[in-house]
Amino acid sequence: MSDFDITSKEIDGMAPHGTKVGLLRVLGPAHVWALGVGIVLVGEYMGWNFAVGKGGAFAALIACWFAGLLYTCVAMIDSEVTSTVAAAGGQYTQAKHIVGPLMAFNVGLYLVFAYTMLEAANAITVGFLIDTVAVMSGHEGLDQRPFIVLAIMFLAWLNYRGVLATLTFSLVITAIAFSAIIILFLATSPVFGGDVLRHEALMTDLPYGWLGVLAAMHFGLWYYLGIEGTTQAAEEVRSPARALPFGTLAGIMTLLIAATLTWYVCVGLMPWEYLGQAGVPLFDAARMSGSTGLMVLLGIGTLFATLASANGCINDASRAWFAMGRDHYLPSWFGAVHPVYRTPYRSIIFLVPIALIFALGAPLDQVITFSILSGLLEYTFMPINVILFRRKWPLHAIKRGYEHPFHPIPAIVLLSLCGVAYFAVFLGYGTQLVAMIAFYITVSLWFHFWRYRFVRRAAQFTMPWPRPQGY
Amino acid sequence: MDIWNIMEYAAWALAAVFGLIIVTDWLRTDNSYSEEVLMSSREGELEAMTEEHKI
Repeated sequence: MSDFDITSKEIDGMAPHGTKVGLLRVLGPAHVWALGVGIVLVGEYMGWNFAVGKGGAFAALIACWFAGLLYTCVAMIDSEVTSTVAAAGGQYTQAKHIVGPLMAFNVGLYLVFAYTMLEAANAITVGFLIDTVAVMSGHEGLDQRPFIVLAIMFLAWLNYRGVLATLTFSLVITAIAFSAIIILFLATSPVFGGDVLRHEALMTDLPYGWLGVLAAMHFGLWYYLGIEGTTQAAEEVRSPARALPFGTLAGIMTLLIAATLTWYVCVGLMPWEYLGQAGVPLFDAARMSGSTGLMVLLGIGTLFATLASANGCINDASRAWFAMGRDHYLPSWFGAVHPVYRTPYRSIIFLVPIALIFALGAPLDQVITFSILSGLLEYTFMPINVILFRRKWPLHAIKRGYEHPFHPIPAIVLLSLCGVAYFAVFLGYGTQLVAMIAFYITVSLWFHFWRYRFVRRAAQFTMPWPRPQGY
Repeated sequence: MDIWNIMEYAAWALAAVFGLIIVTDWLRTDNSYSEEVLMSSREGELEAMTEEHKI
């Protein structure tokens, strides 16, 4: 036992439920923005363009805006609920308070799988990018594994050492990656004298009709997948009621701009048949612009976007795992906080080998599909969650940092668009969808019949909330 | 052996160093503090003291 009095300076040490070491409240709205946009922006650099392959350029634009609508609903709903349920775990904690333990357990797993799989996919991409640079410099046969492992270990170490440094790092590299997209647009736009865009020659009708538009919806999610991750910072922001809605809503606005600009530049430079299967479309667009400076900038942007995404994923997956451990939904050992760095260090460490196994041993498309499907299940929970939240704690009953407008229209729109996205995913990955739902049903049975007996039912609710209406 | 081969070895070495730092600190921390202190975090502690959540 250390002699160091860790309770001497911090407010946590005096808390009514006995917290001696808690997560550190040091983040501001910019960090929340960086967490949300940082996880997502890699989707602009790669992945979204498979929507073009499914239904052509216009289908990708329709998917971009409908998915944008879906995620705007997600951002608004999340902003309201999380600015009230300001605790680590994000949607898991929301589900615990508002719906019930079984839903909370499932949502917690959706979060951990979505982020850990995305982290693995990002690490695979780092290896691929470094290999691409090696090939361009004349070196064939690079071993990608050390770079994949290094990316995961470095970011895990950063996350272990503290949340402020982690998300400040994300803020810097995300800002550079976003600026690179803006610069590419400005440099190629005819408004500023560029003459490389060929929209009139390259744009076609819908090659696969409206079914292609529907199929494109699956990859339309890539433009925004992960913005809901801002909620995981809830216990570490200085002012949850202000920073979470501000950062989340600024984040979705940033992504709507980045997604539309990305689509505009890429479809003006590449025919849809090529763009629909390109590995790194924004980097390819920069190469086709004929500018070496742009090529280097977008190459750096691609790498930074990938690292920011992996960094945010480690942060979010570990907070969800930590929160579940703290509530005994998982072994309570995971609910420990580092007394010096104030991070959920055991959860961070535990998820490292899992990310490494998937990054080194699983194919990229399967890893990403598992991530997307887990995210989709999570979005389906959100409309149910917010409707119950408004019913149990109406606007006059509890103070909110943000009240989303037009309730329940965003919830209904979100639920409808999730239905469309399920059908789109089923068209391309029906087997994986069924397998994953079977997996979640199995673990739900395990939780219901075994694990729930270890949950301390009263101790998991320590928020000073009034009783829900009707109870 | 060209620069890329050297970078491969350097990446392995750096990854091992980061891993070692994490594991060393983890073991030292677990041995220096009691489980009661490490797992004392409860959600909403700050809110419990500063906000009533009532209008």
